[in-house]
Amino acid sequence: MINQVATNGHATSNQNGIVIDCKLKQVYYGDFLAVRDSDVPIEKGKITGFIGPSGCGKSTVLRSLNRMNDLIRGFRFEGHVHFHGQDVYARNIDPVVLRRYIGMVFQQPNPFQMSIFDNVAFGLRLNRFRGKVGERVEQALTRAALWDEVKDKLKNNGLSLSGGQQQRLCIARAIATEPSVLLMDEPCSALDPIATRRIEELMIQLKQNYTIAIVTHNMQQAMRVADTTAFFSVEMSKGGRTGYLVEMGPTQQIFENPQQKLTKDYISGQFS
Amino acid sequence: MSPALPAVEGRAVQATGAGALPAAPRLRRSPWETRALRSTLLTAGAWLAAIVASVPLFSVLYMLIVRGGSRLSWEVLVELPPAGFEMGGGFGNAIVGTLVMVGLGALISVPVGIAGAVFLAELGPNSSLAAAVRFAAKTLTGLPSILAGVFAYASVVLVTGTYSAPAGAVALAVLMVPTVLLTAEEAMKMVPRITKDAAYGLGCTRSQVIWKIVLPTAMPGILTGVMLAVARAAGETAPLLFTALFSSYWLVEHGAVGLMRPTASLAVLIYNFAGMPFENQIELAWAASLVLVMIVLFINIASRLLGRRRA
Repeated sequence: MINQVATNGHATSNQNGIVIDCKLKQVYYGDFLAVRDSDVPIEKGKITGFIGPSGCGKSTVLRSLNRMNDLIRGFRFEGHVHFHGQDVYARNIDPVVLRRYIGMVFQQPNPFQMSIFDNVAFGLRLNRFRGKVGERVEQALTRAALWDEVKDKLKNNGLSLSGGQQQRLCIARAIATEPSVLLMDEPCSALDPIATRRIEELMIQLKQNYTIAIVTHNMQQAMRVADTTAFFSVEMSKGGRTGYLVEMGPTQQIFENPQQKLTKDYISGQFS
Repeated sequence: MSPALPAVEGRAVQATGAGALPAAPRLRRSPWETRALRSTLLTAGAWLAAIVASVPLFSVLYMLIVRGGSRLSWEVLVELPPAGFEMGGGFGNAIVGTLVMVGLGALISVPVGIAGAVFLAELGPNSSLAAAVRFAAKTLTGLPSILAGVFAYASVVLVTGTYSAPAGAVALAVLMVPTVLLTAEEAMKMVPRITKDAAYGLGCTRSQVIWKIVLPTAMPGILTGVMLAVARAAGETAPLLFTALFSSYWLVEHGAVGLMRPTASLAVLIYNFAGMPFENQIELAWAASLVLVMIVLFINIASRLLGRRRA
């Protein structure tokens, strides 16, 4: 019965194109309140950017969406994250299965110690993919704008590529299993401007097939790629610094006509 | 203008005081100056200490090659040990015995060590059980090897009622487990957090992360630990003295493998023959020493190569 209601609720939100509905109340690491009160709906087929100063919890919120934070000791999530009408923090949800639907690209390029081909095929084999693995690998590498550079050396170790190529390999690896959402945690922070430009172009192409949420330190990057931007800030609280969502809206509005003074100060560089 | 000036002057006065650098630098080497002399002496001392430290190794190698090499032939590698006044003979059964016991020891210690290391590195790194196991393993690495023999004597020889190759293997395994465990744990800890995150992010279960990512990535390091443990075990004498004892016969006789009886090993053969009053046996002990050192050296080099590959 309860599931029924949840499904109906999802059906209505689906018309607005919300694929992940995150209503975060409080996130703790041990006794430390890391993030509070952040409602972050992720729209289907769009790029949602998370910006804000260091320690504002934007990465924590992103990693809460596919329960990556479960791996951190003492992590506790209060609130809910609805994905296809199911609360991913419900007790009967297997985070391992969830992560196959919500893929992730990390800050540091982290290819596996294996060939380029095997890196991309890893997720397919994990899911016992029964089609032509080679075709899917080619498709994923093509979509990640890496195929032309690596098609003649698919047997080389993934770690032999340059940093920017490694990050595109990681993107190919993440999209090979066709997840519906791609979470990117500062994917360009370890890359030079040319590699960054390529990843950004790639994100805009990928938007056609995937929903993307990206954490970035770089406000220009958010302006360039994000359709919707969420601005987080941080305040001193007892036991440490707690992050929270200040405002979220269309990227143009956030940067040109922010509703909150905090947002305005941050994007104009006048934050303390 | 006037308030700033005194401060500058004050600094200038200080700079010309004792210990300051002369205005015109004299950069030429002065080897007889005290600190230059001390540096030269200490460097020479360190060189000398390094040479002294390597003298035993090279003198042993020299003696082994000169005295053992002269007796080394195909015959000694494949024949049985001679009795008292016999001439000729060899130690083929001891080579086989050493390889069998070290192999069996590895068969016991490698799975236990690696599985234990998976627990230490991945499953419960901060648990009190892990702390206790680490402490026990570190203590065991310093265990006098004869005590491993005592353990195997009590737990295998007394139970089965005979000296045997498995008893020797158990004693060697006791010595190998801590080395395998600790080096494998270190190797697995070196697998970057971000690599494991990538696997979890793709939807791996914890056991899939361990099987598909942690173990393959750490494999060169794990193999290095296994090889070091094997090399150490191959040279051990004390644990075999009252577990495998010695034998002048082959393990395989008349087509049947007889593991449950006293078994020869190179280390014990050297120990036995070196003390005999017969020239033939003493020559064989030298040759056996050379063979044993070559086996250990070979394993060490192999472990280096395995460790370097893909690193």
